[in-house]
Amino acid sequence: MRREVPLAITAIVGFTLIVVYFIPHPPFNHFRNFFEDLFFIVAAFAIWLGCLNLLKVNADRFYFKRKGWPFAIVVWFGFFLMVIVGFWDGRGFMNPGTTFYYLYDILYYPLNATMFSILAFFVASASYRAFRARNKEATMLLVAAMVVMLGRVPFGYYLSSWLPEGWRLGNITDWVMDFPQTAGQRAIMIGIALGIVSSSLRVLLGLERTFASGE
Amino acid sequence: MVETIGIWIAAILTLGIFSFLYKDNPFYKFCESLFVGVSAGYWFATTFWQVMMPKLVDNLAAGRWIYIIGGIFGILMLLRLFPKIGWISRWSLALVVGTTAGLYFTRYLVSNGMVQTENTIMPIFVTGNLPQTIGNLVIVVGTFCGLVYFFFSKEHKGTFGGFAKVGIWFIMVSFGASFGYTVMSRMSLLLGRLDYLFGTWLGLIK
Repeated sequence: MRREVPLAITAIVGFTLIVVYFIPHPPFNHFRNFFEDLFFIVAAFAIWLGCLNLLKVNADRFYFKRKGWPFAIVVWFGFFLMVIVGFWDGRGFMNPGTTFYYLYDILYYPLNATMFSILAFFVASASYRAFRARNKEATMLLVAAMVVMLGRVPFGYYLSSWLPEGWRLGNITDWVMDFPQTAGQRAIMIGIALGIVSSSLRVLLGLERTFASGE
Repeated sequence: MVETIGIWIAAILTLGIFSFLYKDNPFYKFCESLFVGVSAGYWFATTFWQVMMPKLVDNLAAGRWIYIIGGIFGILMLLRLFPKIGWISRWSLALVVGTTAGLYFTRYLVSNGMVQTENTIMPIFVTGNLPQTIGNLVIVVGTFCGLVYFFFSKEHKGTFGGFAKVGIWFIMVSFGASFGYTVMSRMSLLLGRLDYLFGTWLGLIK
């Protein structure tokens, strides 16, 4: 019951969707829309599960006075502020002029953008330590990164402005992005496709069952 | 007035996150906790209005009762919060895994496998356009050698190993370019925040 039911659900849903791809006519095409809708509904509940778990963890942190417990109140405050206002504003909650949009603009957006922007400093510091031209492969990585970074800023244009058109850093960056980068990415993408196909088959045939056993 | 208060709050929170660059401190902890709570609340409300309402509630209201299955599986997912009966949530997880496997099987096979291969097998020689011809040649050689590198069922030795070595060069260039692109995107975010602080907040940049 605990293991067989999940495996059966996975196989039925997965194989139905594969069959539907090859027979895109009624009634089979309705199955695709239906299962996709179910997927989105369950995924939404999974997001809710994550949010509720966050509240539970922070409630425990506050109740048992664990390290940094006062900040648990801040988490709860932020959560309920957005949820209450979001529910209050109704279906058009993200329209400009609503309170939810205002909170998004003054809280969520600046915090999110700043959090990701400080990664620029950490990436710079990590690359300073990690980017050493130890061998041919590392040198190629270093050169490609430098060319792309310099080729996308005015300083790169200034550095190579004396070169003839077509040989400037911006042109070289475009060439690297259009050809060698595309070739590498394409090999990776085809490899990923083959990997996903094989792992999907393993899941659908019940050979990969760790998700069903919880181990 | 409301707008000014909003600008001040956003600017102070921005400074709070930036303060981590000096060292971990209570001001940063406050902003970080607020970010976590606000993000969770944002997604909670967004999923309700953009997924639950149109896909579940509206369908049920229109008499399409089959969608109750989605609601049941969703509630089973929430049972994960109760350790004694948490195992039932694996049924919902199975639905997600099955849908993902079924959809991705065909989607990735077509878009990442077939279409990418199709785009690689193209007329290499473009008459009167040498740079394009060289570029096409680079793509074909790079993709082939990159795939050889990912083939681990045969030892990378001899001619095969040579192809694999060329493949890793292309993959390294690709990683380097992706890294450079990521750094630049983070830089543009940083410039956006600095522009907000010095322009919108302090009014020093016109």
